[in-house]
Parts: sequence; structure tokens; C-alpha cells
Amino acid sequence: MVAEAIIRTIDLNCWFGALTVLKDINLEIYKNEIFGIIGPANSGKTTFLRALNRLNYLNISYQQTGEIFLGEQNIRTLSDNILRKKIGIIFALPQVLPVSIYNNVAYGPKVHGFTGKDTLSQIVETALKKAYLWEEVKDRLSEPAARLSGGQQQRLCIARTLAVEPQVILYDEPCSGLDPISTAKVEDTMQQLKENYTQILVTNNTKQAGRVSERCGFFLMGELVEIGQTPVLFTKPRDKRTDDYISGRFG
Amino acid sequence: MNAAKLRQQIAFIVLGVVTLFVIAPILLTIFYVTKNGIGAISWEFITQPPRNGMRQGGIFPAIVGTILLVVGTMLFSLPLGVLSAIYLVEYARDNFFTRLVKLSVVNLSGIPSIVYGLFGFTMFVLFLRLGTSILAGSLTLAIMSLPVIITATKEALESVPVSFREISLSLGATKWQTVRHCVLPYAVPGILTGTVLSLGRAAGETAPILFTVAAFYLPRLPRSLFDQVMALPYHLYVISTQVPNMPAELSFATGFVLIALVFLMNLASIILRAHYRKKRLW
Repeated sequence: MVAEAIIRTIDLNCWFGALTVLKDINLEIYKNEIFGIIGPANSGKTTFLRALNRLNYLNISYQQTGEIFLGEQNIRTLSDNILRKKIGIIFALPQVLPVSIYNNVAYGPKVHGFTGKDTLSQIVETALKKAYLWEEVKDRLSEPAARLSGGQQQRLCIARTLAVEPQVILYDEPCSGLDPISTAKVEDTMQQLKENYTQILVTNNTKQAGRVSERCGFFLMGELVEIGQTPVLFTKPRDKRTDDYISGRFG
Repeated sequence: MNAAKLRQQIAFIVLGVVTLFVIAPILLTIFYVTKNGIGAISWEFITQPPRNGMRQGGIFPAIVGTILLVVGTMLFSLPLGVLSAIYLVEYARDNFFTRLVKLSVVNLSGIPSIVYGLFGFTMFVLFLRLGTSILAGSLTLAIMSLPVIITATKEALESVPVSFREISLSLGATKWQTVRHCVLPYAVPGILTGTVLSLGRAAGETAPILFTVAAFYLPRLPRSLFDQVMALPYHLYVISTQVPNMPAELSFATGFVLIALVFLMNLASIILRAHYRKKRLW
């Protein structure tokens, strides 16, 4: 079976000012897979992720060459808001807006023009259910989102992203601030979402990548060192550097 | 007791005493003005026009004039100040033009108020032919208020966490949707504080209205925006220095009313701010 690539980068190079952050990244991510990205700090993982939905450009010193395709479409042809609707992101620390649980999820659909009260509450309910948060919050939707626990907040962020119906979800170290139980819940959620979404997981936690991802890429100092099926990459890496990183000799 | 503790004790006392010196002038001023003026405050004083060469009657036209000027100033300076601050913080890139704008804002706040008065006189009264009018006075006061409003709004916008903007943008919201829904609402308390501060100052200024709007003696209410009005600070100046045999009590009473007016404005802003703070959940 030939897997269908949903994201393709061609010779992607990224800079912040004079600092080269990514060098010639050529990478294909397949539809409905969970793709893990591992590597030590400052290896360009997050920059790669944020290049996909152009969030890097919020930093005015950012520059980029190369092409990124979403399906058949070069993302250059998409406006920022259409692109970011299609490629959602979950940030490292759970970042909720200082409004109610309901309004956190409803915000995305609202800015994309959904206004009907019934439509919105339907979207909110569906998104919260998909993020496996509905049962925990259905009776307190009007409470401030900040009152939820860290793990619940992170799943709320996932629900918020799902509410705008993206094709791809990016996770930028989504569990770095969470306890093991919350982490497990977020990972469960990711497994459930596989059916309908392509997910890319950047993580500092090699074990997490091993647990969750099907294929994995190892980034080091801005280069994509190695890419492969997660079990293969973890047990029989071809590159010595990958081996060193995974067995914990550095990073 | 060891030496470090003693030094700490002394430092606390010195800091406390210095802080007292900060609040003493304001308390003394209010006390002095109230003590000397409260006797002349009556229903007639705040609802009647002056009579008998301003030595009798009330200050109603001056109260109305000051309120009109404050409202007029706000109508011009609030949208102008807030919108330009939004542009500077959220949209403008760091280039020669924005640095020039920021430099202008800083320098505007350093200009003496009499210079604003002269500028308003030549620009609005003469060049734009608005005449000595509420419109000209409001515009002059508005320009004077702009730097404070812009600076306060900028600081309020900058204090809203960057993450709110990132969340909103990452969900595909446009820049304006982001500013409108995820930034501005949380900047309102800061904007309010700055606005009320600058309007309080506008209410009390004499120099900018001297040539642009203030009437020496006009015991009726204005008929249009192109009319002159009396205003409290100028009236206070006039009765304190220009009218012989003026009962001192009336001057203090006028000062008391002006302070009360500014105090009411501050109170309104405190209430509004408390209301918005309740929404602040981070």
C-alpha cells in the first residue's frame, strides 16, 4: 500500500535573523498517521512544526526558503487564516483564553463565521466529545477555563483546535507540563483521533514518541538525521547519532 | 538586635516617612480647599449663573462648560489615541516611521500647556476658522491629552499575554479578529485609567482653553459647538486675580467643585475598572 502524503516539505530552510534553524528538510507525512519528531533542545523541531502553519512569521526576523505542500496544494497559495484553519496547533503549555470553557471552544468557529447558537453549541459538544473532555465538563461549560486542571486544559486546547475542523493537528511538546495521568489521557485522545486526523507530535520525551507515533523523525541541530517506522528507528537506528540520542548518551 | 536588623528598621522608617510626604500635599490641598470653600457651596451655587460681577450667584455655566469640554475632548482623543496605539503595538513594524511616531508621542507630553493653547489658537481658531469655540477648545485639549492616552493604551496592550494572540491566530482568526476579541477586552482597564487621568488633567487646565474657548463672563449656557463657554479653571483664575473685592470663599468653593468633578470621574473609572477586572482570569 502506498500511503498518501498529506504534508510534504521540499528543501525547507529556516532562519531567525542570521541563525540557521533548519537545513534542507525533505519530509513526507502521511494521511492519518501520528508522526513523531524527536531531538534535543534547539534542534529545530518546534520551528519545523510552526513552519507548517506559518506561525514562525509572527517573529519578524524569520525567513524561510523551500516549499511546503498540504495535499496537492502549495501552502503559499493559502491565506494565513485558511491555512491555520486546516493545520491546527496545540502549544507546549496548556494555553486557554481567559473566558469560559464553552467560549474557548466556540471562539474558532465564531471567527470562521458560525453564529447560530444551536450550531455553535453542537460544534462545541462534538469537539469536546472528540477530545474526551465532554463528560468531565458538560455541567460546567460556563465556568472559566482556567479552573480546569492542566491535563483538562490541554484537552480543552485539543477540543478548541478540533472545533475548526482541521486536517492536520500539530502538537508542540503537549505534555511537557503535565503529570503522568494527564499525559496518558492526552495520548489516549491522540490515538482516538487517528481515524480522522493527521497528527504531528514534537516531543522531548523519547518514550512518548515511542508509545504514540507510527513513524518518527530525528532532528539534530537543524538537520533531519533519520526517519523511519518508530519501532525500527528505536531499535535499529541506521545513524550513530540517532542511536546515541535514543539510548540517552546525550540530549 | 544585630546591625542588619537595625539598618532594616531604619530603612523602613525612612521609606515610610518619604511616602507620607507624597500623600501629604494631596490631603492638605483637599482639606484646605474644603475647609475654606465648603461654606459657600449651596444648591444655588451649583445651579445658578453668576451675578453682580461674579461676586454673587453660582457657577453653573462654568460647570456645564467644563463638562462639555471634557466630553468633547474625550470624543476626539479617545478614538484617535486608542486606534493609533493599536496600530503602533499590533500592526506597525519597527521602522523609521514608527520610531518617528513614538518619538513624537514622547515629545508631545513634554510640551507646556500654554504652547498647546497657542497652537490651538492659530490652528483651530484662526486657520480652520472655528473661532473661539467649544470645538476649538476640545480639539486643543484633545491634542494635549493624546500622549497620555496613547502611552497608557500601548502599555495596556503590551501587557496582554502574547499567548492570547498566538492562540487566536493559530485558530485561523485574522489579525483584526485577534485584536478585537483576544487583546482589546483585556486592555480596557489600562486604557480607562489612562483616559481618565488625561481627561482629569484636561478638565483642570487653564492655558489651552485661554485663547480657544474660555469666556471671561458669559452667564448663559452655550447655544452650539461654535459658542464660547465659561470653564471652571479659567473662572477660578479670573475670580482669584481679575475681580476686585471677591470673597475668597467663592474661589475656594469653585476649586472644591472642580476637584469634586475630577474625583467623580476617577470614581467612575474605578468602578468600570473593577467591573472589567472581574473578567480577568489569568
